[in-house]
Amino acid sequence: MNYSYYPGCTLKTKAQDLDFYGRESAAALGITLEELPEWQCCGAVYPIARDEIATKLSAIRALMAARDNGTPLVTLCSACHHVLTRVNGDMQRNADIRMKANNYLKPAVPYAGETRVIHYLQLLRDEIGFDNLKQAVKKPLKGRKIGAYYGCLLLRPSKEMQFDDPENPHIIEDFIKALGAEPVVYAMRNECCGGYVTLKSEAQAKENVDLIIKNARAHGAEELITACPLCMYNLRAHQDGSMPVRYITELLYEALGLREGGAADET
Amino acid sequence: MKLDEKEIAGIIKEISGSDVKKCMKCGKCSATCPAYGEMKFHPHQFVTMVARGKIDELLKDETVTRCLSCFACVERCPRGVEPANVVAAVRVLAEREQGGSNFVPDEVPALIIADKEIPQQALVSAFRRYRK
Repeated sequence: MNYSYYPGCTLKTKAQDLDFYGRESAAALGITLEELPEWQCCGAVYPIARDEIATKLSAIRALMAARDNGTPLVTLCSACHHVLTRVNGDMQRNADIRMKANNYLKPAVPYAGETRVIHYLQLLRDEIGFDNLKQAVKKPLKGRKIGAYYGCLLLRPSKEMQFDDPENPHIIEDFIKALGAEPVVYAMRNECCGGYVTLKSEAQAKENVDLIIKNARAHGAEELITACPLCMYNLRAHQDGSMPVRYITELLYEALGLREGGAADET
Repeated sequence: MKLDEKEIAGIIKEISGSDVKKCMKCGKCSATCPAYGEMKFHPHQFVTMVARGKIDELLKDETVTRCLSCFACVERCPRGVEPANVVAAVRVLAEREQGGSNFVPDEVPALIIADKEIPQQALVSAFRRYRK
């Protein structure tokens, strides 16, 4: 199966692990992720104001490239997924934004949100299937107690994201189960880590992270996983180092037995 | 041309897409806000003040930048008012004023030197959210 792939700015720099393990694991599962040529940064935050057009154009260019490729568009970073999904929704439903963006970009074929944007986790759940994934696991992560950290951007606003139940999500828990580990459900898994506000006020982000880590630990989590490089940064930077945090793809890579398979661990 | 408070409130309603009159003042948005203690005005106050056209104080308040855009209030509002969109609209109007930004590019190198792990995503977000 072929998919267009949008890595985004952080996966090429600080979050190379998220990208590398994701690509290697996908290849091992028979999925071809074809990186879009000449993609641009999505902007990292969705421009909420309805009169914002220019700030949506880079996302629209990526969406159009996938449409022209004739494949769904796969994302890994939570922020990219959030921005691309919501901008795509605007192009489907908001005639004013659609008209202005098309007038500006003047594509050979106007864009109206035809691309299907799917997150890597949805690819695993809906295209491969967690049952099939379980069969592909060579090294089940037995005895590991793992807390899923969803954060905000994959889930909300659920009306637009359509990712999972926004208050009681289970896709990452199902993923953890498929890999043979034990998912630990805790209340703060869908509360904000502090996001970009950490640049303005570390104290504010630290307060959020404290609540999340304490809550996860109280429920028995021994490690956390996330799909977001900014969540990863906050969760690691604002704690004492006693709670390991990994990317979802690193866990997958390990369970698929690729670490022992001779493939390089580091990019 | 200088717009009055009511006219600016009208623009905020338009670009936020929020129907602020639907608010039934249950306070759930502010109760669930993870930045509650950091902001001078809370989500329910943004909604009420915009509905009343009293927004001068909102536009002057710098703590609006502490909103995390986590959309918890949007998700949990039982009336579909989407308070975070109102906050974002106020913020965007403040940023569009000359000198309305409180984040300047000159601050960025020091941030990166101070912590080499800061992801690009945070910097790009900061440029979008703190500055026009």
